[in-house]
Amino acid sequence: MQPVVTDSSVSNPSHYPRPAAGTQPPYLYPEYVASILRAPTHAPIVVPHTTSELTGPRFTARDIAGSTGDLTVEGAGRALGERIVVSGRVLDEDGRPVRDTLIEIWQANAAGRYLHRSDQHNAPLDPCFRGRGHVLTDELGRYRFVTVKPGAYPWGNHSNAWRPAHIHFSIFGPAFAARLVTQMYFPGDPLLPFDPIYNSTADASARSRLVSAFDWATTLPNEVLGYRFDVVLRGSAATPMER
Amino acid sequence: VATQLEPTASQTVGPFFQLGLEPLAVSDLTRGASGKPITIQGAIFDGNGAPVPDAVIETWQADGSGAYSSSAEPGSFRGFGRVATDDAGRFQFRTVMPGPVPDPRGATQAPHLIVAIFMRGLLRHLVTRIYFEHEADNARDRILNLVAETRRPTLIAARRPVAADVYTWNVRLQGRDETVFFDV
Repeated sequence: MQPVVTDSSVSNPSHYPRPAAGTQPPYLYPEYVASILRAPTHAPIVVPHTTSELTGPRFTARDIAGSTGDLTVEGAGRALGERIVVSGRVLDEDGRPVRDTLIEIWQANAAGRYLHRSDQHNAPLDPCFRGRGHVLTDELGRYRFVTVKPGAYPWGNHSNAWRPAHIHFSIFGPAFAARLVTQMYFPGDPLLPFDPIYNSTADASARSRLVSAFDWATTLPNEVLGYRFDVVLRGSAATPMER
Repeated sequence: VATQLEPTASQTVGPFFQLGLEPLAVSDLTRGASGKPITIQGAIFDGNGAPVPDAVIETWQADGSGAYSSSAEPGSFRGFGRVATDDAGRFQFRTVMPGPVPDPRGATQAPHLIVAIFMRGLLRHLVTRIYFEHEADNARDRILNLVAETRRPTLIAARRPVAADVYTWNVRLQGRDETVFFDV
């Protein structure tokens, strides 16, 4: 074995362990009706990680030119709704910051309507809110968006089905194997116990980590309420023995 | 020894991903790339054989020399593609034929792209690979050889007889010709 010299303050994964049972959702989850015709019936074939999985695309500030992470100031005026700041860190499984990684978010407006041709909900669009943003994490893995709290909205999964308020997150990380798309929820949302997408992850603790925390530290007087959401990507520099 | 954290659970990309993912869509990867330009086209079908009009696929590949990009320079080959399906479930992108790339045992892998597929209904993205018809290295490829021979054709893009630079690769989520997906 060659000695590996690493900067212990930043993420530098050497491998991408498979997640523990129950901590990720299954493909087929019949309560989420759309999974029934779209989940493969064969179990995915476990393959060793090659250069193809251990590398991945890089993004820089040039790719997100003009993006400040403030979604409330994109129209002629300020977006309607409860203004919030969503911030946190992107970490690897060793707890080390994943820096310079791309985060893309998208969400409904405060009334629960997406700016998307397929969204037929009869709630109003807000001409001052588009509902998407992208930023890169800094050297400590931190990110920050200013946005409005999205509204709950109805969907066709079952009778009187409503999605809890959520923000979609897409994160790249250092390798294809670390790619993650997820959703961030809000504490105390009464719809969470009834949402099949949220409840598709069997492990209660893994599920609860999808819920952001109200955060006084990022709440600004007279300005904005803070919510904190940390994300852990696959990837570790620790050997299996150390784990 | 560092404290080990559990990776965040995946959730579906949902029906409205275009809003967030369209700004960084890439359907032409050829800029600054060494290698033979090719077009890869196909469609995605659900368990009823109906086209999936709300999927997005992301691809990651080496250039014609078999090298993965670590560059984010605008004029250079970056190796990343992102295309959504249209109303008929179809997608298409322009890229270069990847070269053979090293495998962990020091041999080489046959030319391939790795692919992530996201859609409403998928709580986690699917991972698969696109290989190419008529590539001699396919027979020795370690990953392809982990797949039952009867299912291997689902991973191999077919070259169009009349247009040698166009490859067709379809995705079937279920059924007799269900595409092979990988746990990576």
